[in-house]
Amino acid sequence: MDLLQQLGQVGLQAFQRLGRGSLFFFQVLLGFPELIRRFHLVVVQMWSVGVRSLLLIVVAGTFVGMVLSLQGYNTLVDFGAEESLGVLVALSLVRELGPVVSALLFAGRAGSALTAEIGLMKATEQLAGMEMMAVDPLRRIVAPRLLGGILAMPLLAALFSALGVIGGFFVGVGLLGVDDGAFWSQMQTKVDLSDDILNGVIKSVVFGVAVTWIAVFEGYDTVPTSEGVSRATTRTVVHSSLAVLGLDFVLTALMFNG
Amino acid sequence: MSPDSGVNAGSGAGDSLVSIRDLHFSRAGRNIFDGVDIEITRGKVTAIMGPSGTGKTTLLRLIGGQIRPDQGAVEVDGEVVHSLSREKLFQLRKRMGMLFQSGALLTDLTVFENVAFPLREHTDLPESVLRNLVLMKLEAVGLRGAHGLLPRELSGGMARRVALARAIVLDPKMVMYDEPFTGQDPISMGVLVKLIRELNDALGLSSIVVSHDVRETLAIADYVYVIGHGKVVGHGTPEEISGTDSPWVEQFVQGLPDGPVSFDYPAPKFIDELMHGAER
Amino acid sequence: MHNRTLEIGVGIFVALGLAALLMLAMKVSNLGALTADGGYELQARFDNIGGLKVRSPVTMAGVRIGRVAEISFDNETYEAVARMTIEPQYNRLPKDTSASIFTAGLLGEQYVGLEPGGEEAFLEAGDEIRMTQSAVVLEQIIGQFLYSKASEGDGGKGP
Repeated sequence: MDLLQQLGQVGLQAFQRLGRGSLFFFQVLLGFPELIRRFHLVVVQMWSVGVRSLLLIVVAGTFVGMVLSLQGYNTLVDFGAEESLGVLVALSLVRELGPVVSALLFAGRAGSALTAEIGLMKATEQLAGMEMMAVDPLRRIVAPRLLGGILAMPLLAALFSALGVIGGFFVGVGLLGVDDGAFWSQMQTKVDLSDDILNGVIKSVVFGVAVTWIAVFEGYDTVPTSEGVSRATTRTVVHSSLAVLGLDFVLTALMFNG
Repeated sequence: MSPDSGVNAGSGAGDSLVSIRDLHFSRAGRNIFDGVDIEITRGKVTAIMGPSGTGKTTLLRLIGGQIRPDQGAVEVDGEVVHSLSREKLFQLRKRMGMLFQSGALLTDLTVFENVAFPLREHTDLPESVLRNLVLMKLEAVGLRGAHGLLPRELSGGMARRVALARAIVLDPKMVMYDEPFTGQDPISMGVLVKLIRELNDALGLSSIVVSHDVRETLAIADYVYVIGHGKVVGHGTPEEISGTDSPWVEQFVQGLPDGPVSFDYPAPKFIDELMHGAER
Repeated sequence: MHNRTLEIGVGIFVALGLAALLMLAMKVSNLGALTADGGYELQARFDNIGGLKVRSPVTMAGVRIGRVAEISFDNETYEAVARMTIEPQYNRLPKDTSASIFTAGLLGEQYVGLEPGGEEAFLEAGDEIRMTQSAVVLEQIIGQFLYSKASEGDGGKGP
């Protein structure tokens, strides 16, 4: 009985958070039109969430592509199908690994930083101070960060995939001796612009919204103590990673099942 | 400056800038205010004192409209704060400055940009005018030379002075100080005391100082309210407060360890607890 | 922060991201190969198209000259009808060209291979390729092979 009650409590709390998060999201969205006029605020955020994640994404993308190529070759060569290596590398990257892995890295690198930053601003009364200066922190602080994250994520995912293909090319063609022309031409026959690339981009946009939303909400909703901030940061990484994986399953089922 | 100030003058608010009537507020089941009446007079420094945990900061947040009272009304400049629409409230807040305990400076902006922040948000002043205004306010708090520093490079006292410059940059009618003296060394405490008094008189401000630092507060206040257990337990000029016969106010002003506010946190009798502890 | 460096940095970041997208679109996907707009269409009927799909390549002498545009089923003749888009520069295919469905490698994808004939006249838009050879269905071949082996074995054992 006690367990059931606790379960109910947890469920209700989860719904409450979800509801509060959604209301928060729409309130922030209301601040978006204003950002067109003050786009430099978004540019600053794209610097801190985008440019600062660049190195991580570049390195990770290249290596994931190289490993894919290495592993794929060993399997394909048994069937004499090593010329399909390009297809394998490109499809796995564009459809899945590009959006998903870069979103997970983004959650760890940029999402946690966003939560910590906003949480600390709350803990040090900067947000309350802003309100007392008649400045709405949702518009001035949260909205540019959300938009910056949403814009940066697809670019990061595209870079991840592109560098992964290049990394795969170097290992496959340069190291393992797959034919150069076959690598690209097979890839080009099999990878479809709208089915694969566009769907990959859509995925990364959705992930960008999810991760940044969770990050700014957790920051804004922090218990304003140092312990609260650290817990919120952890929650951001955990929740946004789970959200990315869950959404990925749903999106994949919708996109590639036709 | 504001279109509705004419109306306020007509409403006969008189000398009172802020009037709080029969204020009730509770949080997490605990009564913080239980029928508080306070009048803040224009052009004066009014101090609100009381031990920690009596909701002095909460009072400032109620005046600023960040939280709503359960009952009663907070009227600022003739307008009932919690009945205002969001836009009206923001308009009202431009006429209030608030100095937070921590300073609440934006950590990624320089001192100059911090002071310029309200101007950039609310006005479209040309850069040269803005620069002059900001430097003028920084000069008033004696920190013009520090305009290029980041908040983390400032001492606690300097951060509070920068925050003060920011609080007055929009030329508000009133400034609220939340525990301005806490954790300051004697010199910066002296500087703040002097600044609060001078700014109040020179700029024609009304000031509300929330504090539990008795000596400094009594030195600058024109009128003092003492709050305890959710009510106003005493008010008057500093002289009246110092010479009070209320045991509660006396305990607070003199800093006596025991009195109406008991040294012991409420507990069952010690001997009983010892006996029962053995049984359990 | 220094506004200028920051803006330049973000500018470079956006440019890189867009370049990556462009590379994915042009170099990785079929957009680069897909200039078939404005080609002309041919038709061919097959008894069995096996695993042929829309967008499968159409080749001649191993060079891709077009793509399968549409696959449909003829309810009267019980045949598969494949419409193919041939790129416009390959407009000199003889009338008696034949079409077969091949498999690239043992397990690879299937494609239409065209074999030129000897006629003087060329195929034009909307024409149909008469001579076709269906896809090789692995199971059928294996079945036939086993069947013939079995009958061979029977003949050997007979009196």
